[in-house]
Amino acid sequence: MLTAAVLVPLVGAIALALWPRASERTARGVGVVTTLVPLVLLIVTWGRFEAGASDPFQLVERIEWIPQLGASFAFGVDGIGLAVAATAALLFVVAVVYPADTRGRPRQYVAWFLFLDAVSLGLFLTVDLLLFYVFFDLSLVGMYFLISSWGHGDPKRAALKFFLYTLAGSLVMLLGVLAIYLGTEPRTFDMAEVIAQQPLAGEATRAGLALLALMIGLGIKSPVVPFHTWLPPAHVDAPGPASTILAGVLLKMGTFGMIRLPYAMLRDSFQRWAFVIAVVAVISIVYGALVAFGQRDLKRRIAYTSVNHMGYTVLGVAAAGALIGGDEAARELALTGATVEMVAHGLITGALFLIAGSFWQRGGEYDLDAYGGLAGQAPKLAGATTIAAFASLGLPGLAGFVAEFHVFVGTFSVFPVLAAVGLLGILITAALFLQVLQELFLGDLPDRWRGFPDLVPREVSALGVLLALTVLIGVWPGWLLDVVRDGTAWLVGS
Amino acid sequence: MPVEHVVPEIAVVIGAAVVLVVAMFTRRARQWVNAPLALLTLAAAAGFTIDVAINGSPLTTMHASWAVDPVTHAARLTILGATAIAVVLAPEWLRRDPRHGEYYGVLLLSALGAMLMAGAADTMELVLGLLLASITGYTLAAYHRGSAASVEAGMKFFLVGGLANVALITGVVLLFGVTGTTGYEHAAMALDGASRPVLVTAVTLITVGLAFELGAIPAHTWMPDVAEGAPAPAAAFLTVVPKIGALVGLARLLSILPEPQVGWRPLVAVIAVMTMTLGNLAALWQDDVRRLLGWSSVSQSGYGLMAIVAIGHSDRAIPALITFLIAYALANLAAFGVVVELRGRTAIADYDGLARARPWLAAVLVVAFLSLVGIPPLAGFVAKLELFTATIDAGYAWLAIAAVLNTVVSLFYYLRVLGPAYTAEAPRAVPVLGRWAGIGAGVAAAGLLTVGLLAGPVSRGLEGAPLLP
Repeated sequence: MLTAAVLVPLVGAIALALWPRASERTARGVGVVTTLVPLVLLIVTWGRFEAGASDPFQLVERIEWIPQLGASFAFGVDGIGLAVAATAALLFVVAVVYPADTRGRPRQYVAWFLFLDAVSLGLFLTVDLLLFYVFFDLSLVGMYFLISSWGHGDPKRAALKFFLYTLAGSLVMLLGVLAIYLGTEPRTFDMAEVIAQQPLAGEATRAGLALLALMIGLGIKSPVVPFHTWLPPAHVDAPGPASTILAGVLLKMGTFGMIRLPYAMLRDSFQRWAFVIAVVAVISIVYGALVAFGQRDLKRRIAYTSVNHMGYTVLGVAAAGALIGGDEAARELALTGATVEMVAHGLITGALFLIAGSFWQRGGEYDLDAYGGLAGQAPKLAGATTIAAFASLGLPGLAGFVAEFHVFVGTFSVFPVLAAVGLLGILITAALFLQVLQELFLGDLPDRWRGFPDLVPREVSALGVLLALTVLIGVWPGWLLDVVRDGTAWLVGS
Repeated sequence: MPVEHVVPEIAVVIGAAVVLVVAMFTRRARQWVNAPLALLTLAAAAGFTIDVAINGSPLTTMHASWAVDPVTHAARLTILGATAIAVVLAPEWLRRDPRHGEYYGVLLLSALGAMLMAGAADTMELVLGLLLASITGYTLAAYHRGSAASVEAGMKFFLVGGLANVALITGVVLLFGVTGTTGYEHAAMALDGASRPVLVTAVTLITVGLAFELGAIPAHTWMPDVAEGAPAPAAAFLTVVPKIGALVGLARLLSILPEPQVGWRPLVAVIAVMTMTLGNLAALWQDDVRRLLGWSSVSQSGYGLMAIVAIGHSDRAIPALITFLIAYALANLAAFGVVVELRGRTAIADYDGLARARPWLAAVLVVAFLSLVGIPPLAGFVAKLELFTATIDAGYAWLAIAAVLNTVVSLFYYLRVLGPAYTAEAPRAVPVLGRWAGIGAGVAAAGLLTVGLLAGPVSRGLEGAPLLP
């Protein structure tokens, strides 16, 4: 069933690529159907998921690929993977539905989204280390073509920078993966087996180098400072729905990978370096927030808040990995927070980028100074933006708060000083989002926006789903936390 | 004489002879019949190879001058398959050439040279194979007598080749001098007492000689010229097939050398890094797709040499060598196949908007280039994975890091072609050559996908396979 969740969008992508006469309507239709199937399958999986099962990965399906290397096409779920994969599946449905200028090539546009859908779900659902790398790498190809073909501004340059930068990251990660693989006995890429073996456990230097390689690779993707410079141009020049996927799904691959690979597979080494990783995370939090505050471009500003939010996630992971064998409750809180942050950031920033895309569709620019007083002109847009912005700055009652609360409570008992510094990030984010709301919707309405249209039904329903879930997680997080905790429990060793 | 071990080579010789005779007695309009004849020959040779591979056991034959082991079989099949695709690319390109029929004969003989190099367990056979591959190679490069570029390519190929052949022969003579034998098996035993300086000189000279066919430093300079100037189907063949023979031949020769005496691993590692780096840097700003492919072939030789560095130190080295050769051959043939099908159009700017005008050809080009970069799930990914695993396993992690850096650089120039092909507006018309060249390119691209997805069976039986003698 999990295999089908990966294959159905892939089949849809191939079908659209080979179907020369498909109109925009058909293309979107195929897109919606083939992105809904995995979403439904994952919801069913959510129902079949057993909390407290003894194996870390459940519902595993496996077909051999390169038996000599011990690599296979294998899929399975744990609580963390399931939560992130379901978020990704939802975001793809929304991204395919959301209006954007397809430049006369709707077929290819939707096909690349479906390809990315298959790749992303594959990455979150796979339990094979090599396959994880395969999907990690393939995500670059899909996003490269989306940005370079349907972007605006200077898309070729942004797409090239994105591809080169992240390919460098993924290849460095490959070296780390191979170092882990060569340390296993018998050699295998099976994640459950690798985690059980804890390869390189006795070799501090080699394990440290493998950890460094993995963290650089995953850090570029997340991105954490100082590896974030590819992010702003890629986001600004990508079409709105592609930004949503980039921020909501692709960035998660980095942080999700941190939990799956270095955290789980190199525990000793991760513990030794956890403080350094936490420091880098705090730098990302504060620096990301400060730089975001300095941007006058709506999309750039949202892009930099992603650096800030991914910092929370990394901080949570680092805190959880800091003290293996003590204070399990706090570490579990931190790791749960990190996972919920991935879900929350996917929903919230996904929505924010869709909103930015709507501004581009209507106004053709992202400059904050160009807009103003739109609250009366476009009340639905104003409402949606307000909820998303408040969620992003961590207002209680919304998903971002649940995530950040867990992260900071967990971190306080491990790294109190770092947690205190990290709180600054929330403060700055609050200021910058309030400023965004003020500049976009309050003040005088410039004459050129007198005819500014409000959200169309398709936009309302897409944003509505994302924001409704944000509120739902905010007021009743239990259903999500139960599943996530099941994944974090075995990772903190309780 | 146990002839049955070398039936595949004999089949190719007979096929080449038949093709040459048929070419002599056929009208010009009918000369294309030699293409199917050549394909038939290659298929027969492949059939015999599979038969020997299944029913025979690894051994050296013909007075221990010839190794018949799993690596030889794999190399033979790769050479035969690559030559078959090169044959399919040719008929439409050479339709009006007065010597169309003979082309396939020369092609078969050149492939035979590569097969000899791959199986050589005796320095004299190695020389024989290299000379056969070189001489036929010069002919193929300069096949368009009327084209200045083609003749120039052939001439440069010949000049570099002449020097490299002399280096190889001198090295072989020196090796004979210190060991008193040409066979690897006996030479390996006689090496312990050999004079070290002479041995090192001999090995260096032999490596230089083979680096020529390989397109590796320091005898790589012909590669971009041949890629640019030779007839495009011949360029596809020359950048691929001799390299297969040379890489396997070099691996076999070096693996007999005693390491304490001749530190050949670091030497090959340094050549590998220099080759991949130089090839990539030179390819960066090429505005000619064929030259770019030529330089990329140089850099790919560097990756291939990584497998040789690991031989004997990692049981993944042999699978890495073979998967690399298969992946490289298919990717390069696919890329050149697109050039052939586009009637040799070669400026990067000519590829703008190709995706709208000729979506299938653009897709083949994407598959070929991304496989050369090593993007999964294409064959090139499996090759790089095996190469990295083998080199790290053998304790040469720095070599793997150098290869990673080079891979990132290489993505840049491949995207210089692919990016505009997808984003630019479509040009007015993009004429193509015909059906067969397109099929050749398409088959190679499909092969890249198949080998990537079914990588398991490809390298089965090669793990820890002995490299004879």
